[in-house]
Amino acid sequence: MENLPLKGIRILDMTVVWAGPYGATLLADLGAEVIRVESTQVMMPITRGTMARPPQAMIDNMPGFAGGFPDKLVGNHPWNRSPIFNSHGRNKLSMTVDLRVKRGREIFDELLKVSDVFIDNNVRETMDKLNINYESLSSVKNDIIMVRMPAYGDSGEYSKFRSLGIHMADALGHGLMRGYTDMDPSANSGEFVVDASAGTHAAVATIMALIHRKRTGQGQLIELPSAQATFGYMSEAFMEYTFSGISPSSLGNRHPRALQGCYQCKGNDRWIVITIWNENQWKIFIELIGNPDWANKPEFSTHDKRVSNHDLIDSLITDWTTKQDHKSAMELLQKHGVPAGAVLDAKDSSEDPHLASRNFYQEAFTEDTGTYKYGRSPFVLSNTPTNVRRGPVMLGQDNEYVYKTILGISDKEYEELVSEGHIGSEFHPDIT
Amino acid sequence: MNKQSLSGIRVLDFTNHISGPYCTKLLADFGADVIKIEKPITGDISRSIGPFPGQQKNLDKSGLFMYLNTNKRGITLDLNDPISKELILKILETTDILVENFRPGTMEKWGLDYNSIKKIKPEIIYVSITNFGQTGPYKDYKASDAIIYAMGGEMYSTGIIDREPVKLGPNIVLFQGGTAAAVGALGAFFGTINDSSGQHVDISLMETQTGTQDRRQATVLAYHYSGIINERQSLGGSATYPSGVYPCLDGYFELSGGPTRIGNIIKMMGNPPELMDPKWKNPLSQSDPALKEEFESYFYPFVMEKTKLELWKLAQENGVLSAPLNSMEDVANDPYFREKEFFQEYIHPIAGSFIAPGKPWIMHETPWEIKRSSPNLGEHNAEIFSEFM
Repeated sequence: MENLPLKGIRILDMTVVWAGPYGATLLADLGAEVIRVESTQVMMPITRGTMARPPQAMIDNMPGFAGGFPDKLVGNHPWNRSPIFNSHGRNKLSMTVDLRVKRGREIFDELLKVSDVFIDNNVRETMDKLNINYESLSSVKNDIIMVRMPAYGDSGEYSKFRSLGIHMADALGHGLMRGYTDMDPSANSGEFVVDASAGTHAAVATIMALIHRKRTGQGQLIELPSAQATFGYMSEAFMEYTFSGISPSSLGNRHPRALQGCYQCKGNDRWIVITIWNENQWKIFIELIGNPDWANKPEFSTHDKRVSNHDLIDSLITDWTTKQDHKSAMELLQKHGVPAGAVLDAKDSSEDPHLASRNFYQEAFTEDTGTYKYGRSPFVLSNTPTNVRRGPVMLGQDNEYVYKTILGISDKEYEELVSEGHIGSEFHPDIT
Repeated sequence: MNKQSLSGIRVLDFTNHISGPYCTKLLADFGADVIKIEKPITGDISRSIGPFPGQQKNLDKSGLFMYLNTNKRGITLDLNDPISKELILKILETTDILVENFRPGTMEKWGLDYNSIKKIKPEIIYVSITNFGQTGPYKDYKASDAIIYAMGGEMYSTGIIDREPVKLGPNIVLFQGGTAAAVGALGAFFGTINDSSGQHVDISLMETQTGTQDRRQATVLAYHYSGIINERQSLGGSATYPSGVYPCLDGYFELSGGPTRIGNIIKMMGNPPELMDPKWKNPLSQSDPALKEEFESYFYPFVMEKTKLELWKLAQENGVLSAPLNSMEDVANDPYFREKEFFQEYIHPIAGSFIAPGKPWIMHETPWEIKRSSPNLGEHNAEIFSEFM
């Protein structure tokens, strides 16, 4: 911890759902002291789970990433147990304060004075109600770096729009660029590319602003609309339209310049992706699958011919893959230089020997979950390892540290703030 | 003109294709002096990918290349030639960040690996982006964006249960890998001005997926917590309603319902009497397939008579999480996206003017800026040689 690159940087974090929290996680991984500013009086949408106190039957019915609580139980403090939150909760701190009342804002301002960065991705309306904007923050802390992550922007028509990552991706064109080519997009399943992208870009932007402030002493406002930050990911498709006037559509699992598919393997719901880029890889592949007679047919003699007979080739390849274990087939093909990847489910990933050799999943403890493994940062730094230093932060877990150590508040005043509803570790009983 | 956040920071860029160039583009567009090394004759593979204006292939006019390499200076070098290494070592004297995305061991062949470079430049931030990282049993595996997503990301639960898993849109995971690499690069660089040492940043594209918030972090944690493996759902099998993609008058529209949001959706539908029963807001109603079917019997006729934009505006007026499924043409014609410069015009000396994605975010004191278009192959050979040799 001592030598992590962002040591000594304090970040006040009012982020919600996934995009903002993920950005804060990456900064926490790098050693920043990220303090989540939360409230026991208000449950922010889809952040510490979908509800503060979900019925057990509801989580039983949810897909794994939302309903997979420890031992499948909501427990006494469901808000500290949801994988929706805990998947990005590592390495952070949490304090609670009710910002809707004057005393709460005074506490927040005191904390702001000793902080470097403020980050949030709420809808504009929420921050307006709390009078949190660059003017109000910089009047308290002149060199603050404020990172605002609205969905589409902080002014104009779409500034009021409410969106999850999947909706932004649809608006950017991704919804029509993915999915089965023989089904309409109502078969699309959920994805959260924009959450990942916006959060990661926010971490980039924050560090850029920190570099500038280190060199000049100047803070600034960063406006990072999650959708805007992600639009570059669509550059190739968008330029195809701007050059040709034709909007590209989904290629499914195919690739415009390779022979590529996702093929069924032996076992229950086992799959492998194979990508054959060139003649050489094709020749090796054919040999590895036992030189079947069909491979010598004239319609498969060149890469271009194979691509134009892709459907037929897919069914012939499937004849081989369905007899193979997905991981063994990957190992065999890769050993001989043919690009292939088993489709790893969550269990496969958890047990994957490559990730294990790189210490990807690391154990951490919290009082409300016990000890489990959590993924570490998506980068490896040779001198300052960005490990899981702390399990997912519990609501208000660091109130003592924040109020007493950082702000120097007396024990007596601390107890007053508890009774006024600022300090706590449980959501108000009226919150469902 | 304001100074940019990375002004005066030099980046030596050996990267090719998408992930590495997107990482260094983020640095270049915010002011870093990025010197891009390409192999002679063909250059970066993205020069050959397109899309090309007028469908005419030209190494300097590939859309993907022109987008990914703005603000960079480009030189061609045969790295097997000793004079090349001499130039590189000279540039390295004033380089802050080196980024490469060769296969593991390639830079070592040229004596340009991290261990060699740190001896002469201990404060260097040396970023290696590879498919699977510098170590581990898969380090020499080959990949494509689909393979990275299959092994690293949440492909397994993407799609529907009685079909094969299906990938994301083209190369999304490679862009995401490049962005994650930029966090590692700049984070490590900040360490060097925040009293720590130079270091090697090892980016595994697989891990940028396994560690992504696009579901995989959460699905693996859910497995660790509960033993539940996130699976593909059946068609229309969303856990909440009305959620997912619905057809409408002119295309498709997506929204998120569920127990806490269905009230706004009922409001958006004009509070029809048959939806006023409190049962609809009971969280447990969400797991009742008969109630879902009943709800959708009211919902389908409602959406089918409206366009996706009408639905979007109506939904947003009522606080419903939603969006139209836009085509690239829809995006290009959206007045808000245009006004906010989600995309903009670029002027290129050979390709002429074209429209491509614009600034990714706004930094009020240290702006994003296009100062030069992507380099033509070898455009800055003479300039860089005379500057450094």
